[in-house]
Amino acid sequence: MIETQDLSVFVRHPAEGVSAMDLVVEGVHCGACISTIEKGLSNQSGVRGARVNLASKRVTVEWDEGSVTPSSILDRLESLGYPAYPFAAARLDSIEAAEEDRLLRCLGVAAFGAMNVMLISVALWGGADHSQGFATRDFFHWLSALVALPTVAYAGRPFFESAVRAVKLGAFNMDVPISLGVTLALILSVVQTLQHAPEAYFDSAVMLLLFLLAGRYLDQRMRRKTRDVATNLAAIKAEKAVKLLEGGEAREVPIAAIATGDLVLVRAGERIAVDGIVEEGRSEIDQSLVTGETAAIPVAAGANVYAGTMNMTGALRVRVSNAATGTLLDEVNTLLEKAIEQRSSYVKLADRAARLYAPVVHVTALTTFLGWTLWGLGWEPSLVIAITVLIITCPCALGLAVPAVQVVAASAMFRRGVMLNSGDALERLADIDTIVFDKTGTLTLPRPSLANGADILAEDLALAGSLALASKHPLAKAVASAAGARSPLAAHEFPGQGVTVFHEGKRLKLGSVAYCKAETEAVAVAAAWPDASLIAFRGPERAVVFAVRQAPRPDAKPVIAALRRAGLAIEILSGDRQAAVEEVARELAIPTFAAGLKPADKIARLKALREAGHRVLMVGDGLNDAPALAAANVSISPISAAHLTQAQADAVFLGDKLAPVADAIMLARKAKSLMLQNLWLSVIYNGVAVPVAIAGFATPLIAALAMSGSSVLVTLNALRARSARGVAR
Amino acid sequence: MNVLIYLVPAALALGGLGLAAFLWAMRSGQFDDLDGAAWRAISDDDLPSHGEG
Repeated sequence: MIETQDLSVFVRHPAEGVSAMDLVVEGVHCGACISTIEKGLSNQSGVRGARVNLASKRVTVEWDEGSVTPSSILDRLESLGYPAYPFAAARLDSIEAAEEDRLLRCLGVAAFGAMNVMLISVALWGGADHSQGFATRDFFHWLSALVALPTVAYAGRPFFESAVRAVKLGAFNMDVPISLGVTLALILSVVQTLQHAPEAYFDSAVMLLLFLLAGRYLDQRMRRKTRDVATNLAAIKAEKAVKLLEGGEAREVPIAAIATGDLVLVRAGERIAVDGIVEEGRSEIDQSLVTGETAAIPVAAGANVYAGTMNMTGALRVRVSNAATGTLLDEVNTLLEKAIEQRSSYVKLADRAARLYAPVVHVTALTTFLGWTLWGLGWEPSLVIAITVLIITCPCALGLAVPAVQVVAASAMFRRGVMLNSGDALERLADIDTIVFDKTGTLTLPRPSLANGADILAEDLALAGSLALASKHPLAKAVASAAGARSPLAAHEFPGQGVTVFHEGKRLKLGSVAYCKAETEAVAVAAAWPDASLIAFRGPERAVVFAVRQAPRPDAKPVIAALRRAGLAIEILSGDRQAAVEEVARELAIPTFAAGLKPADKIARLKALREAGHRVLMVGDGLNDAPALAAANVSISPISAAHLTQAQADAVFLGDKLAPVADAIMLARKAKSLMLQNLWLSVIYNGVAVPVAIAGFATPLIAALAMSGSSVLVTLNALRARSARGVAR
Repeated sequence: MNVLIYLVPAALALGGLGLAAFLWAMRSGQFDDLDGAAWRAISDDDLPSHGEG
């Protein structure tokens, strides 16, 4: 059978006669890697150039159209020692990247403006107006205006646009008071300058924008970094399918190039990458990633198979069907839509603060104006004082209070292997009192491993391991990795039964219990490991039965114990059978568990918990968990989760350990308390500054110092979110 | 204070030059890969090479 790779969906055409492709490359970490890759690719004939991006671990290759094939570039990189994976940048990514660029441009402009305006202001504060006369002061004010007005008009747009959007929708966010404050400060300053008044607030307005833009840019950058890592992992994990063309040719193509109605070949030991109906073949399917059920299910022609399931024993020809025709996926999708609709509309901390804050400020300003007018000051100076109150209360620190903490906490989480999908997940994560775990792939490792290795003689294990290397069966892989086997035996595989070989004059067999005639030995093993799958080995002297199961994550027990000590209630909701769930629950000392649940049952349980007033974190990886993830207050998935599930989760954690989940909760709690502290700091600052402003004593110097001071204070306080005590170290 | 007539424009022009340099650097993608540039500086570019190297 000829097999070629078709990668044409990933190829771009940036110019006439030029083809280009973006690749994620594994193992690039230094300058030597850069030059090896770039030179190694560029000296291929036809390749116009290659450029490595070390920060994002990606390579862009350009070549003359038709001169080389995309797959030969992958082969070349592979031979250089860098496995590469093509990926197509999502449209969302380029929109986000454009937004980041724009924020950086605005930040640059604001920095330029702030620098020059402060230069002039410092001269004024230093007494330039007294020594040089009022004409000089007015001239300096006009200069400030000349710089500040265009700066704010350009650099303030992100805030103005967001505020206008919010107001149009009848909503309210922090950008509304920010925009109002900045605009009023500028208008007042221009009017003051026209009237030759001694004070103007151009510097305050520009400095305010600078601080806020810095916070917003950092926030955007952090989220892009998270997304880059996620995209890279997705590209590395991206599955390919073997498409059968008419005439019997088999071609390996990326999933993106498979259409409904295509025929694909799925060999034993491969993950099925599409939804479809089996046309030919007979096999057993491991559906654990889809339903949580760990026992294999037999399939034959006419059966439905789903993407994400593992084909264990025989080759299948699968006709790709529309994703919506599968009964299970139908159910998952319908439940998912409902769960998203019902997702409680959580109001972000910053927006809640803004809602409380704005009326208070505006009423204070109005009262100040009325108060001074009634006092007999005349409406013009009264208005000036009232606007000063508005400017000085402009939520500079308030606007930074929450985002600054978010950035610091999210990057601390990133270092501990947790990536946040949504910004307000931190706040929701801090509030939880109950954690609901899925079992398969979440509390347990996604790959099966050997459970009774201690009961087996080393020589048997070593031989069985070498034999297992010859098989593609997932259970055999678990035996091979437990034995640390490296050199496979040249064995013959009987699909659906096992592998066999003549080794040193003896026949060895590895496979089903019946194939190895190990029924008697199997009884005791099955009793000891009720949730395990059995695989037998008929060695030179005796028969051995291996129990292979999905073992709990290595640190699951201490992490669960630590979480319970932290006052969190813990439950298991699993789609797997009772015996398997009971075993894990017993091992991890989790008293509350439910087995054999359908996606709807999981949602029902979550709903009951929420109605009882609990705030629930759902941790799950299966396709069947996706609706439950959306129905919970906040959700986390392991990186091995199904795509649909990962897209629903608020955060994703990496690695084999469960500790990132606990770390995420602790960091979120710390972050939440810092956010509240910061909000209080801003309130205290206002408590001090506002009476000064109302009394009419707020000079531009005081305003600028107070504003910058509070912003710096809030930012410094946010840095403390870096460290939080880990749970299980 | 006549000195202001040319000092102020000079200050603004210098600042503007900095801003222009920043915008140019951004547009030409110099902030895309902050880690790679450090390594490229010490790579053996002076050796004869083919293509972009």
